[in-house]
Amino acid sequence: MSDALLPLLIAIPLLAAIFPLLLGLRFDRAGWPVAMATSLIVAGLAGRLAWAVSPASSGPQQFVHDLAGYPAPYGIELVGDGLSAILVVLISVVAVAVLISARTTGPDSNAFYSGLLLLTGGLLGMALTGDLFNLFVFLEIVGLVSYALIASSDDGRAAYGALKYLFLGTTGASLYLIGVGYALVATGTLNMGDMATELAAVGYSDPLVQAAFGFMLIGFMLKIAIFPLHTWQPDAYTYAPDTVSAFISALVSTTAAYALIRIAYDVFTVEFFAANPLITDAVLLVASISIVVGSLLALLQTDLKRVFAYSSVAQFGMILAAIGLQSETALFGAIIHLVGHGLMKATLFMGAGVLSSAYGAQTVADYAGLAKRAPITSGMMAVAGLALVGIPPSVGTLGKWFIALGAVEEGSWGVAAVIFISTLLTLTYIGRLLEALYFTQPAATDDDTGVAGDADGGSIVADGGDTEGSTAGDGITAIATERIVVVVVLAISTVALFGAADPLAAMLDPVFGRFFQ
Amino acid sequence: MTDIIGVATTRHAYVLFVLLSAIGLYMMIANKNLVKKIIGLNMFQTGIFLFFITSAYRIGGSVPIVEPGAGPYVSPLPQVIVLTAIVVGISLTAVGLALTIRLYTEYGTLRADALREVIGDE
Repeated sequence: MSDALLPLLIAIPLLAAIFPLLLGLRFDRAGWPVAMATSLIVAGLAGRLAWAVSPASSGPQQFVHDLAGYPAPYGIELVGDGLSAILVVLISVVAVAVLISARTTGPDSNAFYSGLLLLTGGLLGMALTGDLFNLFVFLEIVGLVSYALIASSDDGRAAYGALKYLFLGTTGASLYLIGVGYALVATGTLNMGDMATELAAVGYSDPLVQAAFGFMLIGFMLKIAIFPLHTWQPDAYTYAPDTVSAFISALVSTTAAYALIRIAYDVFTVEFFAANPLITDAVLLVASISIVVGSLLALLQTDLKRVFAYSSVAQFGMILAAIGLQSETALFGAIIHLVGHGLMKATLFMGAGVLSSAYGAQTVADYAGLAKRAPITSGMMAVAGLALVGIPPSVGTLGKWFIALGAVEEGSWGVAAVIFISTLLTLTYIGRLLEALYFTQPAATDDDTGVAGDADGGSIVADGGDTEGSTAGDGITAIATERIVVVVVLAISTVALFGAADPLAAMLDPVFGRFFQ
Repeated sequence: MTDIIGVATTRHAYVLFVLLSAIGLYMMIANKNLVKKIIGLNMFQTGIFLFFITSAYRIGGSVPIVEPGAGPYVSPLPQVIVLTAIVVGISLTAVGLALTIRLYTEYGTLRADALREVIGDE
């Protein structure tokens, strides 16, 4: 019975995505309730799956479901183990959080909620599939919906960012498809588990196998946005509506990175890396460059959403480095950092969304002195920002610590040094935000926006609980309480997960046992 | 040298795949016109489809409908893959064209360089 969980997790959001549009023909505001109900059901199922595969329960530690009853090497297989369960929980939690804050921010159209559900379904599909071509299909579903959601902003630049993302994202997915084609020619199978044994039989130094991995790697690097293939990301994150930025930055690259981990360790396995030191070195080199350049570029930006976007380039460089290190410790760090980065970026983008819709703040300079006027949101952004730097106790510390520890264990002092440098650079750009928030006086009377100066009476309106839906004058829009609550809960979760290393390790133990035999 | 000739004559479908994909990719990068960029993207994907179809082909193979005594069969798997990938490709083209139309109504141009200038992209 419980193996029906896996297809349900994917099918429910995909099917429910029809209803916001269908019901929208009759009811104007049908989208939000449908999306929220579906996301809560999905979150419940995700919790059920995580419980079932966790060592605390007596059940099996891996679920396998053959779609339509076709047996494994021929049909498509869905696989749920500890690693995919962690991702599934992250996806469903962020989806609920984003929906809560989307109720008042919009973009308030039924099509938007359909898109959000499709995106959730696609991401869950990527997390649960055990078939290489099926992964491509879900990758493209996620891609297509992301382009549409990014363009759902009124800003014309959003369409430009989305089109740029479409060209690069499609190229990435197509390169991955070439890789799948090569692997199919080499082995004659598409099932991940089956391919792992077939690839071992073909031999890891076969040029076809090497080329297959190369194409898949480059394809995913485009999707994850690793420097120098990151150019779509800043535009997409900056011009997208705040809700969409939070959702996409927290989940889309994260799930692509998860898929890369799955392919690198479950399909090609550590022996492939051991047999091809050149590929391993190339991965580490590109990752290191991405970490440093991403951090530096983040430092140079003035627009806050752009700072966060480039920061993602650096953080995902760190995760790619952990993939290349082939160390159990580093990979554990990478998975924690995937989850942690998702939560931290969701907090930061949602916090920035709250402050920008309340005070119209866009650039780092616009955030000057906002800590006095919106203490809660600013405080939570500071918490998530410091977590991103890696200040303990936070989930950011854990991720970076284990990746760096893995690098030292493997003797890759270069990677360890790069992570250290990047931490300093992260401190610098987060420091700029904190300086603006807490230690800078807002520019005196700004006539254009009416943000600064005489609005002292309504100063903490952005954090107020009882002013929902009203406008507090002087261009300051009141913010619904639930948006603040979501930011607070997410920020607290980034701190609370500091204590989650042991349960996560127990959950990943069977998976790592398979990866590092 | 003989090796290259051998590849060109016996593996021409694979050569065509590489050429078609490379031309499509180049067109997508180098052409300034957004619609032509999308055409380039389509060409790139079509090249990949050709690769899959070629890999399934088998001399003397019959249609993969199993009957007693028939066979060898061509592999049906790559054809199914291509069918799915074509559907994905069409949806992508549709979204790409929709975005292009939106950019055109907003900025009145289809040229990528002009758009970059208006939007102030670095």
